[in-house]
Amino acid sequence: MTYMTQTLTEPRAGLAARLKLALAIFALLAVVPPLAHAMGEPFMIIIATRMMVFAIAALSLDLILGHGAMVSFGHAAYLGFGSYAVAILSRAGISDLVLQMVAAVLASALFALVTGAISLRTRGVYFIMITLAFGQMAYFFFVSFSALGGDDGVALAARSTVLGLPLLQGETGLFYVTLGLLIAAFAGLYLLTRSRFGRVLTGTRESALRMQAIGFRPLPYQLTAYVISAAICGVAGVLLANQAVYVSPAYMSWHRSGEMIVMLVLGGVGSLTGAMTGALVTVALEEGLARFSEHWRLGFGLILVLVALLSPGGLSGLLRKFNLLRDDK
Amino acid sequence: MTDALLQVRNLRKTYGALKVTNDVSLDVHEGEIHAIIGPNGAGKTTLISQLSGQLRPDSGTVIYTGQDITALDMAARVRMGLARSFQLTTLLPSFTVLENVAVAVQAREGSSFRFFRPASTERALNDQAMECLNDVGLSGTASRLAGALSHGEKRQLELAIALATRPRLLLLDEPLAGTGHEEAAQLVDLFGRLKSRVTMMLIEHDMNAVFALADRVSVLVYGEIAACGTPDAVRNDAKVRAAYLGEEEVA
Repeated sequence: MTYMTQTLTEPRAGLAARLKLALAIFALLAVVPPLAHAMGEPFMIIIATRMMVFAIAALSLDLILGHGAMVSFGHAAYLGFGSYAVAILSRAGISDLVLQMVAAVLASALFALVTGAISLRTRGVYFIMITLAFGQMAYFFFVSFSALGGDDGVALAARSTVLGLPLLQGETGLFYVTLGLLIAAFAGLYLLTRSRFGRVLTGTRESALRMQAIGFRPLPYQLTAYVISAAICGVAGVLLANQAVYVSPAYMSWHRSGEMIVMLVLGGVGSLTGAMTGALVTVALEEGLARFSEHWRLGFGLILVLVALLSPGGLSGLLRKFNLLRDDK
Repeated sequence: MTDALLQVRNLRKTYGALKVTNDVSLDVHEGEIHAIIGPNGAGKTTLISQLSGQLRPDSGTVIYTGQDITALDMAARVRMGLARSFQLTTLLPSFTVLENVAVAVQAREGSSFRFFRPASTERALNDQAMECLNDVGLSGTASRLAGALSHGEKRQLELAIALATRPRLLLLDEPLAGTGHEEAAQLVDLFGRLKSRVTMMLIEHDMNAVFALADRVSVLVYGEIAACGTPDAVRNDAKVRAAYLGEEEVA
């Protein structure tokens, strides 16, 4: 898979600049609710929340795809596990967000541990196909889960409570909880990718042979990253269910997995900020273009082609090209 | 006489009808530089790959420090002090030069399941990596990206990484290939200095280097050991002259 990431991945320099870009994004997001209220367009808060949910999912995928060169084509399954953790637990009378998140994280991590241990025995296109197959198995499991609406999905009675408080009932509350978790996910992954663990993971992306020749066995590190990535995506699924107050197998279809890869490629692989930017821009474009025309996907396709042709490093590569993301050394 | 550090016994590897390694037996003694020479396609790199654990032999045994390591993988062998350098430079191109070496230090110093502290701030790793870079004369390029080095510098880095694993036996696969005169002389000098602390098995085409450095030379022809002995004995071996050195001297 290195053939794919080597050209797309950013050099590891420029970390400080990347951190600044992330802080700027968080600051911009933080002022969305008051701005939306002032402009009398509260639906902007809903869109921004969706943007951030997918930014968390894209960040999680960037850990394995961008830093680990593991192209998972079944990552949306974990959005599904997170969503259904909310649906199943709230039906059982457990409506607290914290407990739902613990369940989502555990379910996602367990599924990733088992499927990852099998998938990681393959390489290249076989890895892509086997992760796709596992993702589809999870999808069809919930499609045939008639007690939870099967194909149609199921509406939630209400949003989750946070330690007994109705923090998420309003759109603004959900927005800030999501923003908090996005910042936490970014901060955690930022540290992780620079840690000893992250170094082994990125080293394996660059050359597995080299890592073995200095005494590492890559598999345990790759599998751990795969599980961490799934757990974070599970959290995004919990938020997605709360945002829509509705849960459906459509969240975990392979289209969704493909869309997550598109977000990464659009933003730039292997830099975290790229994943975040890509997800924010993709969801914003979806919403924006959809209002102009029902054929919005055509326009989006055009934008993707342009980015792929003009800047293989994605949007963050484009910024670098024009020296907007320079390192102050 | 004590047992050799590395004992290779009846090693065989075939690809279809091609016998790449054909009943190879040899010893490498602690403290020596043992050179393997032979014409292109003689199976030198394949032999090193089997000794380092990258390739499994079809049959035969590899004994290192008295233990049968034939079934061990590369990582296990490296941890026992059996390291190799690659003929085709195998680096982490988006890592800095220092990081390429520091990650090798990290492999033997403590757990790498540490998730939060930035690895680049660990002085113990960086200091040891810097020492290895000093050894090969690369300390000036520590902060550059490995992918941006010149070919000769990459060869030096390849060696620094191998040294960072603290090898007891170092398998060197054409360490001088593609280096300039000055760099080659530097490396030959380095191998001479390293000899007191590391045993080396050296594949090399540069005959001047081989005869300057090696205590013993084995000649590999079509996967078989055609001769083995001191450089002088090998140089005067009729079979070797016919198979290999003769061509060199004519050329």
